[in-house]
Amino acid sequence: MTLQAASGQRAVALRSTAALKAGMAVSGLIMVLFLLAHMYGNLKIFSGRAAFDGYSEHLRTVGEPFLPYAGALWIIRVVLVVSVLLHAFSAVVLWRRARGATEGRGGRRYESTKARRGVQRTYASFTMRWGGVVIGLFIVFHLLQLTANTIHPGGASDSPYERVVNGFQIWWVTLSYTLALLAVGLHLRHGFWSAFADLGGNTSVARRRQLNVAATVVASVITVGFLVPPFAVLFGWVS
Amino acid sequence: MTDVPGLWTVGDPVVDSKAPTGPVEQRWDARRFGARLIAPANRRKLSVIIIGTGLAGGSAAATLGEAGYDVKSFCYQDSPRRAHSIAAQGGINAAKDYRNDGDSSYRLFYDTVKGGDFRSRESNVYRLAQVSGTIIDQCVAQGVPFAREYGGLLDNRSFGGVQVSRTFYARGQTGQQLLLGAYQAVERQVAAGTVEMNVRHEMLDLIVVDGRARGVVVRDLRTGEIETHLAEAVVLASGGYGNVFYLSTNAMGCNVTATWRAHRQGALFANPCFTQIHPTCIPVSGEHQSKLTLMSESLRNDGRIWVPVTAGDARRPGDVPEAERDYFLERSYPSFGNLVPRDVASRAAKAVCDEGRGVGPTGLGVYLDFADALERLGRTTIEDRYGNLFEMYERITAENPYEVPMRIYPAVHYTMGGLWVDYDLQSSIPGLFVIGEANFSDHGANRLGASALMQGLADGYFVLPATIGDYLADGPFAPVDATHPAVGATVEAVRTRIDRLLSIEGTRTVDSFHKQLGQIMWDHCGMERTRAGLEQAVAMVRELKAEFWRSVKVTGENEELNQTLERAGRVADFFELAELMCIDALHREESCGAHFRVESQTEDGEARRDDEHFGYVAAWEFTPGAPVLHKEELAFDYVKPVQRSYT
Amino acid sequence: MNITLRVWRQRSPDEAGRMVAYEVSDVFPEMSFLEALDVLNEQLTLAGDDPIAFDHDCREGICGMCGVVIDGIAHGPEAATTTCQLYLRSFADGAVIDVEPWRAKPFPVIKDLVVDRSAFDRIIAAGGFVSVPTGAAPDANAVLVPKQQTDLAFDAAACIGCGACVAACPNGSAMLFTGAKITHLGLLPQGQPERSSRALAMMAQHDDEGFGGCTQIGECTAVCPQSIPLHVISRFNRDVLSALLHGERS
Ligand SMILES: Cc1cc2nc3c(=O)[nH]c(=O)nc-3n(C[C@H](O)[C@H](O)[C@H](O)COP(=O)(O)OP(=O)(O)OC[C@H]3O[C@@H](n4cnc5c(N)ncnc54)[C@H](O)[C@@H]3O)c2cc1C
Ligand code: HEM
Ligand code: HEM
Ligand code: SF4
Ligand code: F3S
Ligand code: FES
Repeated sequence: MTLQAASGQRAVALRSTAALKAGMAVSGLIMVLFLLAHMYGNLKIFSGRAAFDGYSEHLRTVGEPFLPYAGALWIIRVVLVVSVLLHAFSAVVLWRRARGATEGRGGRRYESTKARRGVQRTYASFTMRWGGVVIGLFIVFHLLQLTANTIHPGGASDSPYERVVNGFQIWWVTLSYTLALLAVGLHLRHGFWSAFADLGGNTSVARRRQLNVAATVVASVITVGFLVPPFAVLFGWVS
Repeated sequence: MTDVPGLWTVGDPVVDSKAPTGPVEQRWDARRFGARLIAPANRRKLSVIIIGTGLAGGSAAATLGEAGYDVKSFCYQDSPRRAHSIAAQGGINAAKDYRNDGDSSYRLFYDTVKGGDFRSRESNVYRLAQVSGTIIDQCVAQGVPFAREYGGLLDNRSFGGVQVSRTFYARGQTGQQLLLGAYQAVERQVAAGTVEMNVRHEMLDLIVVDGRARGVVVRDLRTGEIETHLAEAVVLASGGYGNVFYLSTNAMGCNVTATWRAHRQGALFANPCFTQIHPTCIPVSGEHQSKLTLMSESLRNDGRIWVPVTAGDARRPGDVPEAERDYFLERSYPSFGNLVPRDVASRAAKAVCDEGRGVGPTGLGVYLDFADALERLGRTTIEDRYGNLFEMYERITAENPYEVPMRIYPAVHYTMGGLWVDYDLQSSIPGLFVIGEANFSDHGANRLGASALMQGLADGYFVLPATIGDYLADGPFAPVDATHPAVGATVEAVRTRIDRLLSIEGTRTVDSFHKQLGQIMWDHCGMERTRAGLEQAVAMVRELKAEFWRSVKVTGENEELNQTLERAGRVADFFELAELMCIDALHREESCGAHFRVESQTEDGEARRDDEHFGYVAAWEFTPGAPVLHKEELAFDYVKPVQRSYT
Repeated sequence: MNITLRVWRQRSPDEAGRMVAYEVSDVFPEMSFLEALDVLNEQLTLAGDDPIAFDHDCREGICGMCGVVIDGIAHGPEAATTTCQLYLRSFADGAVIDVEPWRAKPFPVIKDLVVDRSAFDRIIAAGGFVSVPTGAAPDANAVLVPKQQTDLAFDAAACIGCGACVAACPNGSAMLFTGAKITHLGLLPQGQPERSSRALAMMAQHDDEGFGGCTQIGECTAVCPQSIPLHVISRFNRDVLSALLHGERS
């Protein structure tokens, strides 16, 4: 093959479904790492206000003096934003391709209604897209509430600890977080294994099983780990 | 011999003018050296039409395309990968002698000539054996996943009762893997632009201009459009015609149309009555049956075949005590036992069923019992060897062969007859080449297991590409286009025939005729043939054919996907072929290989050949009246004809 | 037994189709599903109606020509079974059975249950081969291939190209089919020289044909008559990515 043809082939390959899925996988896994760290941070709420706010402050001072104030945090933010954008962009492109291939009807394209749930597919696997949208909306809400401090159910405060505690004393705030986290849990139940498969890690029937077990574990840890603080607040264990 | 008035006449003998003389092992080299070559730059101007994408057609298209010819390929399926070769299970022979068990080209040659019961050409068979090893090399390089041993070398097994292990295999799907290798090679040429692939196209006639085959008339099965394609040469690789029996192990679409139409245009048809009946198929379960499934012959290595001693014994197999079982093959053929050749095993099974001792709901079946083998070797070993076959059997019959014996019955499997070709694989029409099962080939009166795949690939990869050049060296021939009167006339004939089929609007379906034709052929031109039966069959076929043209019902129109019309055309050709098969079987008053004339048997009921009177290939010429027989005398300089004996 | 077949009827590619119900009586559990269609077609023909067009050839599960969606499941209710190997004993007496063609944009309907699957051939033509001109091969035993590796390659090579994977995939993806060929050739030494270019070319063709991407849902492998394992897709992804990262050499 000529060099030109080869580079053309690579350009095409970059837009291929495999490359897009790899992009989703990498960005998704970065977000998973972030979530694990974030969850660890959230659990500091049980160590009291000082620890929690201190942790928040620590995030902003880490790396000093090599990095300016909040430098590391901004690096993380940039990585996260890029991840979210890449993830969402790929999701949209692939979604459109799948719709194109099935004339917009996906798994519901047969007249017969006897097997709409498929033969073996998991609930998680076919809620990835709408589940992702729910998560995206949640993130916007969440950032407005706890990071940007723009909306403040339960009362505004400069202390993240207070914002959290104020917020989760309200039942519908906790409820919305709960729903969002269930969405995250489902998303990761399928997404975590799928990410490895997309990157070439599913090498055998046994490995498929292992990855699925790992995905269940990660998804449960994240869901439960995140849900503990809000419920603790709601039930008044933390105040 | 000619005492059945009017059924046929005898014409001049026919000779194969291309086979070199001299020592048999040097003939192929001599022919290749003698064949003219074509400069690569000139090949592009030479176009070749290939009908069929099975092992023969696929390998030929890939090779000729690669060599630079302008190839147009056709098949009736929706993809070249679906040709019937895909269904071959057992394996492919090659004289590699990887086992150091005394195999050689000469031994493979010897076995094949003997197995064919001395009705094949020594030159051709030797060549087949000679190139067999290269086929395996080629396929392995393409990535065909043949079975291997733990050391990483290729595995071999012995197959079809031969004493050496020369069969290469890929689980029970050898044909599939070989065909996919050829298919992929063809698709590579399609991408390179040297092969144009036309799927869902059925050849309906051959175009002959000034005595040369110059093209084909095909129907686009999706739209009904009648197209003409013209070229310098035409290759038929359209497979066998076992479906004349309606029920066979062949795919539903297998047909004789391509070769029969060529026959009508002047190509001689050789040995049409030589049909192989395979002993290990799943028995018919009822009227509705549309097709028979082969169980690999390898099952006979460990299974024991039996029926109850007394006729009408309706007990379940497990309830029949050992003493009341008749292991009829082991009894009659003590030294070969259950491994006697296909024709012998098939006939024996038919015989016991005719005595009323057959088993199963229809009484047309014998047991193939693995109880002893299971005890001796254990379930794991049996599972290892035959697991997928047992599964297949259970899927079809809902019976578990680990617990109840399998039931098997013979079924039509392969047709040794086909268009007559010379050593160059060229038919009696210049420019018309025939390869694979479609020609009358190298198998004489009976084909050994695992040798059809070998022949198809030998023809397509190695033989045809070497010999067709000698013909094409004279080309390009005078240009022809669609306005040529010969082309117009052929197209017109095709259209007329289609219109006629559509206009009958009778009361019977195509399938009902096909079934009836099949029954006649099975009863009278099947495993056992008698003079009276064959005479009767000719009359019955003629009558049925007349009724077909009076009262068949073909719905729909030509300008659409019309599967009824497709089948009607094929069945119409089967009628004509059936008549010729019966005539051929009638005229050959000897038993040889798969052709068993009841009148010609030894005292213990074995086939008796008559080399003096019938040591020839029967090549039939089509005429509007009675067919004309041209004999090609066979000479055996190396393998001396002996009576086969398996007792 | 008696059954009712609700069948997708569509006269031509451009005409709209619809489900039509037909009663089929006097069929038997030993009959294959396609034989039941044969029976119905005989009835229709005698009644002067257009018989149902459906693809089939070998009727023994190997050619890959047959294939319809039965009660919403590609190739019907039995696992690892082609439509032609399905028997009526898998259905209850009196069952109403829905029969539809494969549906996917790259598999346009030609008529009734017959679809055009030539996209698969083009995917193979893009790179699903080893470039070896006839006659150029070394001795078959010159290259050793470990048995385990051959066996794994065979598992993937067993694909019959039926298209059920696409029909079942909610995304209309052909990654199982394509991945099967990538895996077959990628596991063998003979397939190594072209491994990278093959992956890139077949990926590009897959997308060009309009198939969707894979989100690892696994319906494909569940309906696959040859049980082609899901990890062929992962291998395919890996080959594409490694070709992207490392260029032409693998
Ligand atoms: C069940 C079974 C098992 C077998 N097992 C073995 C085995 O283990 N070993 C062995 O050596 N042999 C075996 N055989 C025999 C062997 O498979 C065949 O003889 C061989 O594959 C024939 O190959 P072919 O290329 O000549 O024809 P085919 O593979 O039959 O191909 C015919 C081609 O011609 C095309 N065609 C036909 N008619 C037309 C037309 N009118 N217009 C356009 N195209 C047309 C078809 O589309 C197809 O592409 C087996 C056969 C069967 C039935
Ligand atoms: C912005 C909102 C989001 C949207 C719209 C979204 C959407 C999607 C979609 C459509 C997929 C592919 C579906 C599939 O492969 O089955 C996917 C996969 C994935 N998502 Fe998300 N997602 C979002 C947020 C997240 C977040 C916050 C995380 C991590 C915590 C995440 C982790 C993953 C992972 C790991 C995968 C698997 C990647 C792969 O299969 O290669 N996603 N997402
Ligand atoms: C109960 C659950 C959660 C709690 C209590 C919580 C709490 C917080 C708090 C207090 C902050 C602000 C930190 C700061 O500004 O120092 C924050 C930031 C953030 N959270 Fe959460 N969070 C929860 C769940 C989630 C989930 C499920 C996601 C993602 C899917 C998420 C994503 C983020 C992001 C992206 C930020 C912004 C980080 C930044 O400053 O750049 N959070 N969260
Ligand atoms: S992967 Fe399976 S379902 Fe898909 S085409 Fe191949 S055999 Fe059919
Ligand atoms: S069902 Fe579709 S999403 Fe992937 S795993 Fe199979 S191709
Ligand atoms: S008809 Fe060949 S696989 Fe079903």
